Parts: sequence; structure tokens; C-alpha cells
Amino acid sequence: MNDLFNSFMTGPDEKGRFGKFGGRFVSETLMPLILELEEQYERAKTDTEFWDEMNDLWTHYVGRPSPMYFAERLTNHLGGAKIYLKRDELNHTGAHKINNVLGQIILARRMGKTRIIAETGAGQHGVATATVCAKFGLKCVVYMGAHDVERQAPNVFRMRLLGAEVIPVTSGRGTLKDAMNDALRDWVTNVRDTFYCIGTVAGPHPYPAMVRDFQSIIGKEAKEQLQQQEGRLPDTLIAAIGGGSNAMGLFYPFLDDKSVNIIGVEAGGKGVNAKMEHCASLTGGRPGVLHGNRTYLLQDDDGQILEGFSISAGLDYPGIGPEHSWLHDTGRAQYVAITDAEALEAFQLCCAQEGIIPALEPSHALAHVMKIAPDLPKDHIICMNMCGRGDKDIFTVAKHLGFDMSDTEGRVTG
Amino acid sequence: MTRIDAKFAALKADGKKAFVAYVMAGDPDYDTSLELIRGLPAAGVDIIEMGLPFTDPMADGPTIQLAGQRALDAGMTLERTLQMARDFRKNDDTTPIVMMGYYNPIYNRGVDKFLVDAKAAGIDGLIVVDLPPEEDEELCIPAQAAGLNFIRLATPTTDDKRLPKVLQNTSGFVYYVSITGITGAAAAEATDVGPEVARIKAQTDLPIIVGFGIRTPEAAESIASVADGAVVGSAIVGELAEGKPVADVLSFVKSLADGAHRA
Repeated sequence: MNDLFNSFMTGPDEKGRFGKFGGRFVSETLMPLILELEEQYERAKTDTEFWDEMNDLWTHYVGRPSPMYFAERLTNHLGGAKIYLKRDELNHTGAHKINNVLGQIILARRMGKTRIIAETGAGQHGVATATVCAKFGLKCVVYMGAHDVERQAPNVFRMRLLGAEVIPVTSGRGTLKDAMNDALRDWVTNVRDTFYCIGTVAGPHPYPAMVRDFQSIIGKEAKEQLQQQEGRLPDTLIAAIGGGSNAMGLFYPFLDDKSVNIIGVEAGGKGVNAKMEHCASLTGGRPGVLHGNRTYLLQDDDGQILEGFSISAGLDYPGIGPEHSWLHDTGRAQYVAITDAEALEAFQLCCAQEGIIPALEPSHALAHVMKIAPDLPKDHIICMNMCGRGDKDIFTVAKHLGFDMSDTEGRVTG
Repeated sequence: MTRIDAKFAALKADGKKAFVAYVMAGDPDYDTSLELIRGLPAAGVDIIEMGLPFTDPMADGPTIQLAGQRALDAGMTLERTLQMARDFRKNDDTTPIVMMGYYNPIYNRGVDKFLVDAKAAGIDGLIVVDLPPEEDEELCIPAQAAGLNFIRLATPTTDDKRLPKVLQNTSGFVYYVSITGITGAAAAEATDVGPEVARIKAQTDLPIIVGFGIRTPEAAESIASVADGAVVGSAIVGELAEGKPVADVLSFVKSLADGAHRA
């Protein structure tokens, strides 16, 4: 078995670092709060009562385990590697986000917190948080960039139906990073009763490790399911990355399986070039400190943070979880970028070949599958995380394809 | 002994409280900002806090956020903020300057290079909001070694158990954040702040300066009366944002300084 020295699964260290990445770069007001959170999480981690509650809700509320689906027509169409989709888009609320939210809300309840705040980009984390808050009767406030409120209107309405207060954030360019700033400002103001439910594997320690642990149910199930269905490990794992929680969830249980090739797919926007119209932090950024952790960031020469650009609101973040930065630097995982145009093409192919409308986020992962699968042997197994469904994106996609949704005949408007 | 230490020794000898003014470097543009900063000592400011603009100031309210954006839009950078300190030092070699901001622009420049440049520019101390004691090895310890004060924030959530850790590598003074919240938010009452200052004083000989939420000469006076001094930021930055001429902003600053000095 794997020895500790060569393991990729022992991080973070006691300072919350993965190599040089991670840490606790927060204001003094928040420091006692994240130390308390760390203590409570460490206690919960080994508490069977905590996991019993999680497992019960995962089974009966979320619908886990999510299926491992052999995408046969897609496999034949691409003519190479055997493609499996981990169907986390079938979870309650339509994405992987709820895996983590359940864990954090159960923890918040154990800590006696009565008010939950969250940031959201595409709205999937906000919807998941609003959902679980409704289930437990907790007050929920969601910060969402004003620009995202506009382009993800269905999710805004969902959150409001679920009883959450959605606060449009106008600072900065009004996207996910600005929503996270305002959530942190809220937390600093309401320290006694409020729990900050972060939606991705970023932020100050212990969030990156905690969110990864909650999401790693994806990888644990995937490993068992492929063992049952194929009798072996996959050859390649592929997942989309904004902050990187669905990817970390899939990757983590496989990190010490050296034969498994791991690929994270960042949002390349209009292309990873000098104009920086993308969100590919690893491919086009460099290390810096933002939102409580050191990680790869999109920034200018002066260390000012740049706004990302992507067709997908869920990937539109100028940073990435610190563990991904570490996996990148150590070479354990490979990171690539996919453009908006490539993701749109994959979105349509998935609809036509498999009868699955994917979210724009996993469409990026799928676009990379389309790139590499044809050249791989037929016994090569790819497992891709289908981390969200595309219902929320049909308006965006329609607009990009020049489709007028108000026209009952569905004419293309050119 | 830095200019900060010398200033507090002089204030103590005079039996006076300190008045600290925060302004955002480069807001709304370099020349206006420099004119304002140059006028602060004559308006009674004992210590200047020079804000280093950052795109994502997560501990700041809208007033400081917008000031930072205006400065960045006008081309402000860390390099130009250092230049502003150098320009200020041409006429004033005694008023302490504390640079206050966030870590990323400093990290991006390289800590060692930054410290050499900051010291040479005449900066005396640093307040870096997102560097708690847990991250002291990043900048705090190298800054002290380079002869700069590293001023730490203590807050209402810093309990007695944690306080020694917060005070351990702090120098110059302790900045007590009077509320849980962001800059420019609701004010704290002197009756609440007094016991907190006493709690910190029981564990340190450093001066305790109180900030966040102080907007008027009266508030500056009452807060300074229960501490070693008061900081005003958002209220001053807000005057500038309204488009008031520098002379008018400086007379407002003078009224605040007079308030603190009455204490």
C-alpha cells in the first residue's frame, strides 16, 4: 500500500497548507471563528452520529449514490476510449453542490448557528444552500453578483421560492469573486449567529479540506461503481474546475492510485491569451493571496485581481482551490483549458447523443473528453464528472446559438 | 526606534492622545491625494495611515472600496504608493506613515524587495488586514527584522486566550477595531470600548488606538478619552468622495484632530 511520505492524501498540514498553498489569510475578527470551525469539524469528522445523519440525508434527500453511466453512443461516436459519466447532475437540486452544503449545515446546527450565508456564481450553490436551509428552517442569505443575478434568473427565483434572501452584489464587476467579498463582509459583521457556507474548495483553512471531504463521496462511489462495472480502476478522470469542488471530490480518493491519469478542465473563455478573457487560473495565472488562501490567481503586474471571463457563471472565478494549485505544481494532476465555443459544442453533442442536457460547467469537461477520447484505445476507461444539469443554462445557450425563446416556432434569429 | 515610537513618546510627554487619519493613496488621483496627505500634519494628524489600493478589500465598507477603485482607475499601484511616501518625505521627516492594505500586492512584489523599498520610502509601519498571527512568517517577522513596525488589529472577537498571540509580534501600537464589522459601519460607544482597551492594556505596554465607526469630532474625543488615540478613515475619505476641495477636507480633519486632542 501507499506509504505516508509518498501519499498525496495527507494534506493539508496543521497550518492548512498544501505545500505552499492554502493557509488562513483572514482578518483578525474572523480568525477565532475559523479556528472554532476547524475544531468543530475535526470533532465531527470522527463522530459516527454526524456521518449517520449525512448518509441518511444523502440517501433519502439527495438520492445518492448517483449512477455511474456508460455513455455508449458518445463512446461509439468518438470512436476511442470508453466513456463513463458520474451522474451527479441527478442529485436533488441538480448538481454536486448539495453534497457539501448538507455537511456544512449539519455542522452549523451542531454549532448552534441560526443564520446561514453563502456566495453563489451560477446559483447552484445558492440553490443548494437555500434548499437545505428550508429543510431545517434556518435563515438563509445568498450573495450573488448583480451580473450573475441577470444571467441566472431561474436560479434566483428558485432561491427566493425556497425562502432565501438573495442580495445582488454590485461591487467590482458583480460576479462570484465580488459575491465572496460581500459574504466575508457579512460574516465579519455577524460573527455570533452566522455560519458561512462556502461552496467550493477555496477560502481559509479548514474550508478547502472540509469541502473536499464532503465532496469526496463522488470519488468514493465512482471507485466502487467502476470496480463493480469494469472490475478495475479508471485510466483517466476528467472534471471541470471553477473553484474546483466537484473535481476535488472526484479526484481525491484516486490521488494515490498512480495509474490513474487526472485532468482538471478550466474555463478558457474566449481563449487563454494576453487579453485574459478567461478563468483559467492555473493555465494563465500565478500564485497570490485572495479570499483567505494562497493559490493561483488571475492578477495584473501590480497584484490586483482580474475579473474572469466565461460563458459559464459557475466557472467565472479568478482563483482555484489551493489543493488544485498543489496538485498542479507537483504534477499529480494535469490542467487544461476549454473555450466557450468548445463547451457549447460539447453541450449540444451530449444532448443529441445521450439525451442528457449538461450544465455549461461539465460541458467544459466533456469538450476535453471529445478532444482526447478518439485517440485513446477502446479499453481505456475515462470517468467524467457530470456535475450539473443544464436546465439553468438553456437561456444562455439559446442566446449564444441565436435561438429566440419567445418565438413559438423556434426560429433562429441569426 | 521608529518614527511611530518617537511620536508616541512625544505625545506621552505632552499628555496628549493621538489622532490617526486614514486616506487612500491615489484617491481620486495622485496629485490631489499627495496634496491632502501633505496637509495632514498641519491639520493636527499625528500618524498618517496611507491606504494601499486593492481590488478586493474584504474588510472594508463601500466608502473605502470605492476610494480604492477610484485610485486604481486613476493608475495607482504599489509602486506609486511608495512614490507618494517618498514625495511626502521630501518635506516631512517626522510624521509617521503606516501603510494599510491587503497582502497580495505586497506578496506579488516579493516580500524582501517590498520591505527594502518601503523602508527606503520612509514608511514606518504596516497594517495588513489579511495577515493574522497564524501567518506571521509571511511578512510580520521579516518586517520587524527590516526595522518596520507591524501593527496588529485586535477585535471584539479576540478573547483573552487569544490576545497574547495577537500581541506577541506586534510593535508600534495596537489597533483596536471597536466593532465586529467593516470600515465605515456603525459606531461603537466609549462605554463599550473602555473596558476592552483596559483588557488589552493589562497585557501590553503598547499604545492602544481605536478605530472603525468614528465619524465626528465628538466621537473622536470620547473614544480617544478611553484609549491612547483614535483613527478616522471612512468619514475623511467620504468628504473627498463628495468632491470637496482639499482645503475643506483638511479643515474637517482638523476638527477631528482637535476633538481627539481635547480628550
